[in-house]
Amino acid sequence: MSSAIDQSSIMPAKKASYVTDNRLWLVIFIVALAGLPFALPGYWIFFAGLLGINIIASHGLNIMMGYTGLLSLGHGAFVGVGAYTVAILQTNFDLPFWITIPLAGIIATVIGIAFGLPSLRIRGLYLVIATLAAQFILYFIFVHWESVTNSDVGLSVAPAEIFGYQFNTETRIYYFILAFVIASTIFARNVIRSRVGRAFIAIRERDLTAQVLGVEIVWYKLLSFGLGSFYAGIAGALLAYFNRFVNPEQFELMLSVFFLSAVIVGGMGSILGAILGAVFVTLLPEFLREASLLAAHGLGIDLSSILTPLRETIFGLIIVGFLILEPRGLAHLWQRARRKFSRARA
Amino acid sequence: MSPLQLFIEYSIVGIAAGGIYALIALGIIVIFKASHTFNFAMGEMMMLSAYFFYAASVTFALGPALGLIVAMIGSIIVALIIERVAIRPMLGRPFIAVVMVTFGIGSILRGIVGMVWGPNEVQIPSILSRSPIFLGDIFVPGKTARGFAIAVILVVALIAYLRFSRAGVALRAAAESATTAYSMGINVRNVVAFAWVIAAITGCISGVLMANINTLTPHLGLVALNVLSVVILGGLSSISGVLVAGLIIGWLEAITGLYLPTEFREITPYVLVLIVLLVRPTGLFGAKEVERI
Amino acid sequence: MLDIEDIQLSFGGVKALSGVTVNAETGMITSVIGPNGAGKTSLFNVISGFYRPQKGRVTLAGEDISSLKPHQRAYRGMARTFQNIALFHGMTVADNIKLGAHTHLKSGILSAGLRLPSTRNEEANLDKEADEIIDLLELDKVRNDQVEDLAYGLQKRVEMARALIMRPKILLLDEPVAGMNREEKSEMSRFVLRVKNDLNTTVLLIEHDMSMVMGISDAIVVLSFGQPIASGTPDEVRNNPDVIKAYLGSVDETTQNAA
Repeated sequence: MSSAIDQSSIMPAKKASYVTDNRLWLVIFIVALAGLPFALPGYWIFFAGLLGINIIASHGLNIMMGYTGLLSLGHGAFVGVGAYTVAILQTNFDLPFWITIPLAGIIATVIGIAFGLPSLRIRGLYLVIATLAAQFILYFIFVHWESVTNSDVGLSVAPAEIFGYQFNTETRIYYFILAFVIASTIFARNVIRSRVGRAFIAIRERDLTAQVLGVEIVWYKLLSFGLGSFYAGIAGALLAYFNRFVNPEQFELMLSVFFLSAVIVGGMGSILGAILGAVFVTLLPEFLREASLLAAHGLGIDLSSILTPLRETIFGLIIVGFLILEPRGLAHLWQRARRKFSRARA
Repeated sequence: MSPLQLFIEYSIVGIAAGGIYALIALGIIVIFKASHTFNFAMGEMMMLSAYFFYAASVTFALGPALGLIVAMIGSIIVALIIERVAIRPMLGRPFIAVVMVTFGIGSILRGIVGMVWGPNEVQIPSILSRSPIFLGDIFVPGKTARGFAIAVILVVALIAYLRFSRAGVALRAAAESATTAYSMGINVRNVVAFAWVIAAITGCISGVLMANINTLTPHLGLVALNVLSVVILGGLSSISGVLVAGLIIGWLEAITGLYLPTEFREITPYVLVLIVLLVRPTGLFGAKEVERI
Repeated sequence: MLDIEDIQLSFGGVKALSGVTVNAETGMITSVIGPNGAGKTSLFNVISGFYRPQKGRVTLAGEDISSLKPHQRAYRGMARTFQNIALFHGMTVADNIKLGAHTHLKSGILSAGLRLPSTRNEEANLDKEADEIIDLLELDKVRNDQVEDLAYGLQKRVEMARALIMRPKILLLDEPVAGMNREEKSEMSRFVLRVKNDLNTTVLLIEHDMSMVMGISDAIVVLSFGQPIASGTPDEVRNNPDVIKAYLGSVDETTQNAA
């Protein structure tokens, strides 16, 4: 008991050093990220780029689902909207990335809200089916609006370019994406730590109480859903410049399941969680691929044909397992480990 | 044929096809009534059953009749495992979390089937005769008509069973209020497990029928997601309501096929969902979710 | 400050409230008491805008707010607590309290996301304000604790702090001492009085604990089966024969609570 009181009395001082500590670590971390291409082979830098895109999309879903409690089963399709926006604008109007990327975010927001608005006015379940409808209808449009999307063949995308400098190698596109990852992470964290983010959390937890505190529920749900879709759009735009190619297959229901599992594994309602979750689900397929190669070499078993369904199974298992056993996800495990560590140090 | 005749013929065929959807809807609502769980894995349970049937009747050469029994037993076991391992631990958790769990289960089942049987279609033994049925001048494809007949028989049998059996009474009591059911000495856990068994039975039959009429691939189950959407929209209040919802989906798909290119059929139910949400944002029968203050 | 006039509320033909009139005078503590089922909570839900009465008016600082939604009433200066504590789990005491300041802040999504100077100032001021309320209600020791780890009485106090950071014109307290032991009750009474005296906040509370109500109220309204049966100062109400009759069934409880 007395130790608890002692702790709280020294809390302010300790907290201050904590903050500078964190800042320092953040700077070190960012410098390390910037130096990554000098240390790792191109293959891994390629993955780091993909990971960055997944982080941005996961932030988006985490804002909606983790912080505001709005479940979306159509996040993958909203990412697709962003990717197609870039591809279409570039193919038809030859617009540069600093116009196409923001527009991709805005169009994904508009389309997201168009699907979400009717059901955001009411509670819970209707949004789930509206987003499911969005997933299937948008995918349908990607496939069947042939004159614009070129159907299953898809559209190719030229590299992003500024003043004649092309982001056309793994390393260049990596830096390009890194800038967006840092900006979107900081933006998300800032929003969450403000009046707006507190309103989101209030809606997630108890929306009647939120009203009593003056939160206009429908408006803030809309903001959250719009912001989440914007992130999806940006992630999709970057994906288009990353793959230099957009086709419907990339944006099936599976992709929505993928982001759903990322946010759940990482820990809903945690910025760190969205990052950890994206890392986990991005590296997992790679790990599986490596493992199957090993199996093929060592044991002579060919697993390559079952990799896709195996991924699907594992993502499902992750969703179910974490929801049952550790609904606060990796972020919570990480915090606990850190607390243990700092206690051990003290 | 006149446009009106065409419309009537397509309507009848569509409603006949909707019989299977009604069966799926029945499986969904029984689970909802027992435990207020929305089973987003219904379609995959259905698809898995069809593969069980394939494995038993073709791979192990047991023939259709025995194959169906084996598939049914397999489906029930899987349903009980899902209920015990994944649904029961989620008791009392927010419904959104439970939705995600069933959605995850769907992903697991789809993946497992893909690993075992591969992504391509497999041929199951035909249990439905192809010879068409004529209602006056109207031609109904044989498989669709017989599928509808089987679905109707099963639906009627199940509803009668739920109405008159002890288990059915327990289910209805649990649907009214879990606490009351407890006080009446009903084991609510068993009721929930029982509901999953019923869902497994409807899923198994609808899966085998669907695989007979269309083809069997790991994506067979996706159709259940649109049945679920329409059922949710219908309000989930009454069994007859969701049966009608199932028939409406079948009808709507057929009519879409009449006036638009066939590919539009796959999204019609979702378009319907969005239109209803736009016009009547609380669903067709009003939102009954009122939170206690 | 807050005038509730002639409220009539029924649910599908069942009358929950009829002819209820309550005036909460500025700077005073007004209490609504009554046995369980007398309609107290229904009255609060009418005042905060969750229920629409069939008849009657609610006026706050001279403005008719009868047709406003709950969040609009919050912007007009109405704050409340809940009988079943409605704090946000997974957040610290300080963060819960900051949630209450929503109506005073302006940051939109852009200025928040970019952490513009306006947002930065706003958050710095908010920290200060939260600290003041935390000091006032003596919550400084648990400032950074998760709310769900706190004792029941403390949680109630955090909820009151969250309402107070709204700087409300009227503070509605829904059974602030329900489920508390004697020590916690007297502590809570002390804080309610402090809110009145130090912050000059008008308070309207509902409670069935007579000892607390008698101890701190300036005025009391007694409800029974949805109808007002008496009103006045604590002394007047205590000696009112109708009140004694209405409470006859629960005299034991009254004396128990007083003891």
